[in-house]
Amino acid sequence: MKQTPSFSDTLGVARALGRLPEVRAPRSLAPAVLRRIGLADTWWRVPSPIGDVFVAHGPAGISLVLRTSSAARFEREFRLRHGRSILPDARPAPRAVRAAIARLGRGDASGLRFDLRGKTEFERAVLRKALEIPRGEVRPYGWIAREIGRPEAVRAAGTALAKNPVPLLIPCHRVVRSDGRIGDYAFGTRAKRALLGREGVPPAALEALAASGVRFLGNEEKRYFCLPTCGGFSHLVLENKVRFASARQAFDAGYRPCEDCRPAMAS
Amino acid sequence: MLGESLEADLAADLDGTFERLVFEYQDRLYGFALRLCGVREDAEEVAQDAFVRAYRALRTYPAARIRALALRAWLYQIVLNVARNRFRRKRVRTVSIENGFGRRDEARRPLDPPDDPEERPDRQFERRRARADVATLVRALPERYRAPLVLRYVEGLPLEEVASILKQPVGTAKSNVHRAVNALRLSLSRSRSARFRALEVSR
Repeated sequence: MKQTPSFSDTLGVARALGRLPEVRAPRSLAPAVLRRIGLADTWWRVPSPIGDVFVAHGPAGISLVLRTSSAARFEREFRLRHGRSILPDARPAPRAVRAAIARLGRGDASGLRFDLRGKTEFERAVLRKALEIPRGEVRPYGWIAREIGRPEAVRAAGTALAKNPVPLLIPCHRVVRSDGRIGDYAFGTRAKRALLGREGVPPAALEALAASGVRFLGNEEKRYFCLPTCGGFSHLVLENKVRFASARQAFDAGYRPCEDCRPAMAS
Repeated sequence: MLGESLEADLAADLDGTFERLVFEYQDRLYGFALRLCGVREDAEEVAQDAFVRAYRALRTYPAARIRALALRAWLYQIVLNVARNRFRRKRVRTVSIENGFGRRDEARRPLDPPDDPEERPDRQFERRRARADVATLVRALPERYRAPLVLRYVEGLPLEEVASILKQPVGTAKSNVHRAVNALRLSLSRSRSARFRALEVSR
């Protein structure tokens, strides 16, 4: 047995122990730990009005909705944004995620929890405000900024919406440019137009109205004025409305702002 | 966020950093658990429980305490505690009944000597068998010897750290490591003479 190491002294034993094969933890260990302590996010691939999207869900709620070409890309993007990793989940989606998925098509986020932990207070305020915009209506970026008490921060509000981690659920597609054009979107302008169309806001008609200089519509009988999509948008509605190019003009004509869409500050 | 140390990052953002701790320590802690328990399934459960316990403890610690933590020793200590509790609960499984070369090599366990000297196992096989032997014998050591031995020579930790994990004075830890080495040498020589006897008998 000349090949076996010598164990006649401590050094021999130490060497033999040091040569024991390296042990690697099983792949199941880390995910199991992270799940048990509630730190693991998992993802599902689900259909949506704009094609399949990946939906991530973690201990704090829905953490990311993204349209990417592959799971690997989605996982990479998730890691980049949240600084932690994510696992696919073979189990059926939990109730919170099933609810979210059902709503992807309807743009209704009531009762859903979102993981906005990495966001600033300002970004959270912008995203929460966007949640208030009903289906079938749109608001300008300036409206969001004003509503959260930061009327000067229009551009920052736009940036915060562009970085919305959960588009479709927090309906940033319902926020449009203040000049009436549809504007950019996380999933592209085309997707934004398609989504708005589905929700009953024909983007071309909206842009045509804005191009003709109209920003607000007034109810002549009740003497109040609204954003064009307040209560829904249609050509029929337009027929009976007084058209204003600015809030100033509406105020001067003796109209007060609508209490639902709050088109401008009362002056 | 890559701060100066894992401890500092844990203190600043536990939830955002804990995953890094898991990935950094999982091989070591699982390996330690495996040397202590001897069975893969047990080792995985012990390592899992240890990480969960570590996380829950860190949640209750103030930031200053986390920053000052000797993380590696602290984690080994948790594994040791979890494993000890397990031993206490199911004492029956503490000593492995496997002998020889571990399950994987069972099929070709050459207790019978080859007829043809040409077919004798080669040098590499011998070395692997010797390693498997050591692992098995370590597993069969009493727990009070196994932990110090594994920490000092398998995990390669300095004696001071071994002592702090075992919550013993350095001198005590040192003599425990020493006794463990002697115990292992004894069982090695026993197992070797047993193998020789087997060789004799079958001849």
